Amino acid sequence: MIGRIHSFETFGTVDGPGVRFVVFVQGCPMRCLYCHNPDTWDPTLGKEITPDEILAEYEKSKMFYADGGLTVTGGEPLLQVDFLLELFEKAKAKGIHTCIDTSGITYKESNVAHIAKLDKLMEYTDLVMLDIKHIDPAEHLKLTAQPNTGILAFAKYLEKKKIPIWIRHVVVPEITDNPLYLDQLGQFLGTLTNLKALDVLPYHDMGIVKYEQLGMEYPLKGVPAMSKEDAIKAKRVILNAIVKKRNEIANQ
Amino acid sequence: MRSEWKDFVGGQWENEVNVRDFIQKNYTVYEGDEEFLCGPTQNTKDLWAQVMELTKEELANGGVLDMDTKVISTITSHGPGYLNKDKETIVGFQTDKPFKRSMQPYGGIRMAEKACADNGYTLDPEISEFFTKHRKTHNAGVFDAYTPEMRACRSNHIITGLPDAYGRGRIIGDYRRVALYGTDFLIKDKETQKASTPFVMTADVIRDREELSEQIGALKELAKLGEIYGCDITKPASNVKEAIQAVYFGYLAAVKEQNGAAMSLGRTATFLDVYAQRDLENGTFTEEQIQEFVDHFIMKLRLVKFARTPEYNSLFSGDPTWVTETLGGVGVDGRPLVTKMCFRYLNTLDNLGAAPEPNLTVLWAKNLPLNWKKYCAKMSIKSSSIQYENDDLMRVTHGDDYAIACCVSSMRVGKEMQFFGARANLAKCLLYAINGGVDECSKKQVGPKYRPITSDVLNYDEVMEKFKDMMAWLAGVYVNALNIIHYMHDKYCYEKLQMSLHDKEVRRYFATGIAGLSVVADSLSAIKYATVKPVRDENGIVVDYITEGDFPKYGNNDDRVDSLAQELVSTFMNMIRQHHTYRNGFPTMSVLTITSNVVYGKNTGSTPDGRKYGQPLAPGANPMHGRDKSGAVASLSSVAKLPFKDAQDGISNTFSIIPGALGKEDQIFAGDLEVELEGFVAE
Repeated sequence: MIGRIHSFETFGTVDGPGVRFVVFVQGCPMRCLYCHNPDTWDPTLGKEITPDEILAEYEKSKMFYADGGLTVTGGEPLLQVDFLLELFEKAKAKGIHTCIDTSGITYKESNVAHIAKLDKLMEYTDLVMLDIKHIDPAEHLKLTAQPNTGILAFAKYLEKKKIPIWIRHVVVPEITDNPLYLDQLGQFLGTLTNLKALDVLPYHDMGIVKYEQLGMEYPLKGVPAMSKEDAIKAKRVILNAIVKKRNEIANQ
Repeated sequence: MRSEWKDFVGGQWENEVNVRDFIQKNYTVYEGDEEFLCGPTQNTKDLWAQVMELTKEELANGGVLDMDTKVISTITSHGPGYLNKDKETIVGFQTDKPFKRSMQPYGGIRMAEKACADNGYTLDPEISEFFTKHRKTHNAGVFDAYTPEMRACRSNHIITGLPDAYGRGRIIGDYRRVALYGTDFLIKDKETQKASTPFVMTADVIRDREELSEQIGALKELAKLGEIYGCDITKPASNVKEAIQAVYFGYLAAVKEQNGAAMSLGRTATFLDVYAQRDLENGTFTEEQIQEFVDHFIMKLRLVKFARTPEYNSLFSGDPTWVTETLGGVGVDGRPLVTKMCFRYLNTLDNLGAAPEPNLTVLWAKNLPLNWKKYCAKMSIKSSSIQYENDDLMRVTHGDDYAIACCVSSMRVGKEMQFFGARANLAKCLLYAINGGVDECSKKQVGPKYRPITSDVLNYDEVMEKFKDMMAWLAGVYVNALNIIHYMHDKYCYEKLQMSLHDKEVRRYFATGIAGLSVVADSLSAIKYATVKPVRDENGIVVDYITEGDFPKYGNNDDRVDSLAQELVSTFMNMIRQHHTYRNGFPTMSVLTITSNVVYGKNTGSTPDGRKYGQPLAPGANPMHGRDKSGAVASLSSVAKLPFKDAQDGISNTFSIIPGALGKEDQIFAGDLEVELEGFVAE
């Protein structure tokens, strides 16, 4: 099985627990306005690699990953579900902690064949980091050029599978920082019993350089970076809604 | 037992100079966290404010506030100097006032003159005359003996930074001995050593006897230095304040006597903690008082200053003194050597603010207490001022009472010393191999007139063969230049005080070094895996390279090129080993340049890896900037493959990372959601 990857990062510290070997796969159907890796969009680019080659790279420095593991991010890893399946099956055989960092965009309940593969993949997956870009369907479409119905369904699917998830949410001024949306997001997260962590990231504009290098127009030109303080405030709104929802469920 | 040693566990150390034995029998491992630490006292704040004010004045004055132009610095040359006598708990400056730089002509009179002149002062003409006509300096001695070839290598920068015009430094006196024993005991010990030399007066025996006499004289002067400040250090210290003061006097005497390239402190914290622990238990001092002593001690170390020239400072990118203090590590018996005093030393980075000096160096080991590791990480992120070294690696060679001189040179305190040897520029050596010994910048024939490479595309095997020949030549010139340097330094600028705080039988490391490792590794890789076409000038000298195609680059954990770097280190070290070394020095090598790589790069022509004439080399064993594409672990792994046995004087890797890339910020990241939610009341 051959996969297409963009690059490796051998010292990943923000993509799951501990120090991690991070594989960036190539290809993504989302077109998030704030994406800072637009060079990973095109599924025909990147370089070909086998799971064994990736694991050989991992093994070279495995002492660094004693408390960490392997994370596949992208791009969108679940676009290459067969490749991921083989990689994780082999990684688990070596006792490696496995994590997928995904937008969940490929999930479709109606696609039985895909679900069957996911079912299998989840047997070898220790953690899913799920990026929820926007809780509101219409706003999600505007922000990413894709609907969010499948993404939210994927979160529920993972709950059913009892796969721990970390939720990542980028707060962008004017786009996702509306307290109503943050509350809505929290209410949704409050229903997830597999939720283990929440990462609220302030929007930054460090991607601009890459767009310039790629000769692309930067879609969020003029949108200011968000301060850490504002991100902490946004996090509080979400946490608050999680607590509210959990209490509500508990009292039913 | 002596009254000063009351409550200590006795042992061999009572009857012989044996600081390690004292530490091992008496220290208390600290496994707790930093909660016990105290902030700065008002006196500390006042003194530090005064220092900041003087620093501002010094900067406004162009980098030097005051210089001594008349009095030659010796251990006892200057009367007492203070910031504020009433507030200082640890006293002593190099001259009679802070920020006044002392005059040290023994390394070289021209350097002393120039240091004055470049800073707007004039050295007393009588002193110039004396050290030109009547008393030879180290520098004059070296140049009397240098061969024309050595001079050419020096002026063409293939051998660089040689300590032939300034103090070699890199020797660490065991300053703890002054505190534990007092000078009387140490003088008696040295007298016994002198009485035990053989009767047949060979040159070596004569030199030993003369040196021991010098050492005894230095210890007597050291006692006088204490007296000048109203302290009696002829007897052992009886509490932690006296112990810190005695250690500092030992160190102060060294920097009054020597303006060395690196004047390191040693490994004092855990030793001093034995006194602190006893004082805390007996109620002699409070934690706050002890921290104040430490703060004042560190403050003094930050104020060590030397008279230097702008060229010297540009080589080292600043005005460094390398007051390296080695912290932590693990003992050979498995007990961590981490004590509360290690925490107190790092705490000065909070109490006085971050600073590059003293160069606080943590010996990192797998089995260090977790709280200590966490505190080091926290202070690193906060201050960017901590250096780390691999204790698990070095303990095997040096035991558990070694310290670091400068940035990476490891040596057992009081038992081993080093002849500092700067470095050979291997990147230039590769270019010499291609150009048949002609310097690519000056166009002079510097190396041997071997046949140059004349092909249009560089062939790996041909280049390697010629490169090895050129390296063999370079190793010979280099080691022999160092033989001259260290002979003359011993003769004209002997470190009598520092050596008086050593055992009689000392292992002398004969340190060499290389610069340009990653440039050479990548260049060889380019020649091997891509196509490199030399560009020649009108005289056929290669002045540039056109490199076509991709090639493996050092810093990506790629064995194809990492093996080239490893081979380079071992090959050159073995060539060094083939030569006779002065005083049977034990040859070692470092892959180290923290800052001087910039200057070396300026004097190195374009290289086959694509680096252009004048661009900096990478520091130490670092990959070339921006070529490590797979993250820190891969980059560090490439460096970690270099063989320590062939680079025993140390391998340095300069690493900076933004704190955000070290992990999640707790405030934004609810890593353990349940814990976070527990403390969260729904609004």
